[in-house]
Amino acid sequence: MNPYLPWLVLLAPAVAAVAITLTALRRPATAARWSIGAILVALAASLWLFRHGAGGQTAWVWLDLPGLRVDFGLRVDPLSQLMLVVVTGVAGAIHLYSWGYLRGDPGLPRYYAGLSLFSFAMLGIVLATNLVELFVFWELVGVSSYLLIGFWYERPAAADAAKKAFLTNRVGDFGFLLGIVLVWSVLGTPDLAELEAKLAAAPPAWGAVATAAGLLLFCGAVGKSAQFPLHVWLPDAMEGPTPVSALIHAATMVAAGVYLLCRVFFLLNAPALAVIAWTGGLTALLAALLALQQNDIKRILAYSTLSQLGYMVLAVGLSGAGGNPAPAMYHLTTHAFFKALLFLGAGAVIHALHHEQDIWKMGGLRRKLPVTFWTFLAGTLALCGVPPFSGFFSKDAILALAWERQQYALFALGTGVAALTAFYMFRLVFVAFTGPAKSQAPDHAHEAPPVMTVPLLALTVPTVLAGFWGVDRWYARQYGVASGPAHGWGAQLLEPFAHAPVAAWGGLLAAGIGLVAAWKLYGRALSDPLPARLGAPARWLRDRLYFDELYAALIAATQEGLARVVAGVDRWVLATGVVRGGAGLFELAGRILRHVHTGNLQTYALLLAAGAVVVLWWTLNR
Amino acid sequence: MTPGLEHYLVVSALLFCLGLTGVLLRRNLLVIYMSLELMLNAANLALVAASRFTGKLDGQVMVFFVVTVAAAEVAVGLALIVALYRRRATAHVEDLTTLKL
Repeated sequence: MNPYLPWLVLLAPAVAAVAITLTALRRPATAARWSIGAILVALAASLWLFRHGAGGQTAWVWLDLPGLRVDFGLRVDPLSQLMLVVVTGVAGAIHLYSWGYLRGDPGLPRYYAGLSLFSFAMLGIVLATNLVELFVFWELVGVSSYLLIGFWYERPAAADAAKKAFLTNRVGDFGFLLGIVLVWSVLGTPDLAELEAKLAAAPPAWGAVATAAGLLLFCGAVGKSAQFPLHVWLPDAMEGPTPVSALIHAATMVAAGVYLLCRVFFLLNAPALAVIAWTGGLTALLAALLALQQNDIKRILAYSTLSQLGYMVLAVGLSGAGGNPAPAMYHLTTHAFFKALLFLGAGAVIHALHHEQDIWKMGGLRRKLPVTFWTFLAGTLALCGVPPFSGFFSKDAILALAWERQQYALFALGTGVAALTAFYMFRLVFVAFTGPAKSQAPDHAHEAPPVMTVPLLALTVPTVLAGFWGVDRWYARQYGVASGPAHGWGAQLLEPFAHAPVAAWGGLLAAGIGLVAAWKLYGRALSDPLPARLGAPARWLRDRLYFDELYAALIAATQEGLARVVAGVDRWVLATGVVRGGAGLFELAGRILRHVHTGNLQTYALLLAAGAVVVLWWTLNR
Repeated sequence: MTPGLEHYLVVSALLFCLGLTGVLLRRNLLVIYMSLELMLNAANLALVAASRFTGKLDGQVMVFFVVTVAAAEVAVGLALIVALYRRRATAHVEDLTTLKL
C-alpha cells in the first residue's frame, strides 16, 4: 500500500477548507472549485485504496508521555476502505449538488469551507488508529455540524438548532471521553490495534469494567447517532441547508456513531450489547411512530433517518460479543446512498417550490419534476426494503440476524418498524408527488438544473444496485469471517429467501402492508385523515411526544434550580456575608476609632506620654 | 552635705515633669516649645550627672549630641512657628486642627 495515499484522502479536504478561508471568502466560484476538486481527489484516492490497499497503518507519534503514547495515524482495513468510498462518494455528489442548490447565496464560500472541514473530520474518524485521535475528529465533526446547521444564522430557528445539536452531542461525548479514559486506565493504551491484540492475548485483563466501558463508549454513539434519549437534536438540525442535511444528518455524521461501535466492537461484551440492541430497537420504533404525523418533508426524512439508525444500532447489539456486526455496516452503507438521495430529492422539491416544505401544500409533482420523482421513488423503495433495491438486502440482513439470535421480540419490533417505514414514506410520496395538487405552488415548479439532477442520478445507481455488490461479505472480512463465494445476480436476489425465509417474507409483507395502508389513507387525500380518526394520539405524535417540552422542564427543574441555589449562595452568603460583612466590620471599627483623633496636638502628646509611661512601667516590672 | 547622684536625678525628674506639664497644658506654641527644651535639658542633666558619678564619659558624649540636635530643632521649629503664625495669625494649638476629619 502506498503510505501517502491515505494522507492524501484525509488532507485534501483540509487543504481546501484552509484555502477557501484564507483566499476565497468573497469568490464563490473559486471556493466551489477548491471544495469540489478536493473531494473528487479524495474520492479517486479512496477508490484506488479500495481496489489496491491491502490494509495497513501509517503513523507518527503525536504525544509521548510516561504511560500514554498517542499516535496520529491512519488505518486502512476493510472497514475503513469501504467507508472511505461511501463518505467521499456521497460527499462528492452532495458537494456538486450544493453548487446548484445554494447558487447566489452570499455565504456560499463559507458553506463550502464548512463542507470541506466536515469531510476532513469525517474522514479522520474513519481513518483514526486510536481512540484519542478518533475523539479529536469526533469533536471536529461536531463543530463543523454546528457551523453548517447554523449556516443561515440570521434565522433564530437555525441558530437555536445549531446550539441544540452541539449541546446534545456534548452530553454523549462526555460519556465517550470517560469511556476512553476508562479503557486507557485499565488496558494502558488508546491504540485500537494494540487494544485488540491485548484483549485477544489475555481476555481477563478486561474484567469487570468491560460493561461500564462499553456503555460509556456507546454514550458517544448515542449522541452522534441520535439514539433515544438524545434523539431530539436531529429533527431540529433540518434547519440547515438541505444538502447539509443530506450529507451530515443522513449519510455520514450520524453514521459515525454506528461506525464507532463497529470500530470498538471487540471492546463490547454481552450485557453492553444487550443494552445497545434495545436502545436501537426502541429508537427505531419511536422515530417511526413520530414520522407518521410530521408534515415537513425534511422532518419526515429526519425521523426516518433516526429510525434507520436505530436499525443499525440494533444490528450491532444483536451481533453478540465476538460476533460479526457486518449487517450494521451493510445497512449503514446502503442507507448512506439512499438517504442522501432522498434528501437531495427533497432539496430539489424545496428548491422548485421556493422553499415550501409542507407536504400538504405540494402534490402532483410527478409530472413537473420527473427526474426528481423517479429517483425519489427509487430511494423510497430502497428505504422500505423492496427487492431488488439495496435497502431490502441490508434490512433483511438485520431481521435475519434477529431471527437467528432468537430475539423474537426485537424481530417483531424490527418488522413492525418496517411496516411503519413503508407507511410514512409512501404517505410522503402519495401526498407530495402523485396525489392532487393542494396549493398553487406546484403549478410553477420546474425541474432542477443538471448540476442538481446529475448527483441524484449518480446516487440512484448504488441505491438500486448496492445489494448485489456483496457489501456484507466485504465488511465480514474485518471481523475474521470467511467470506463465501460471490453469488451471481439472480442467486444474490434469491439468497435472502433461501437463507432466512421468515425474515425475508416478513419484511416484504410488512412493507406491503405499509404501502397498501398508505394508499388507502393518502392516495387521493387532500388533507390528513389520521388526526380525525385517531384523535389525541395523532396530536401527541405530531408534537413529538413532548420530548422537547419534557427536556425543557427537566432542565428548568434541575439546572435552573441549581443555578438558583448557587445564585442565592452568591447573593446572601458571599456578597452580603463575606464582602459586605467584612467591609462593615472595618467601617464600624473606623467609626469608633476616629473619635480618638481629636486633631488637638496636646491630646496626642498626652497619649504619647501615657504610652511611654505604660511601656516604662511594663519594662521595669518584668 | 555634698549633693549625691540622687539629688541630681530628683532635680532632673522634677524638671522633666515640669516640662511635660507645660507641653500638655499650655496653649501657646512658643511656650510649648520652651517646655520641650526644658524636658531635653532635664534629660541632659541626668546624663551629665550619671557621667560624673560613674566616671565614664559616655553620658557627656550623649549630651553633646542632644545639644546639637536641640539646636537644629530650635532653628527648624522656630522657623515653622513663625511661618505658621504669618499664615494663620495665631500660635494657639486649639486653632491648629486641620488634620482632624
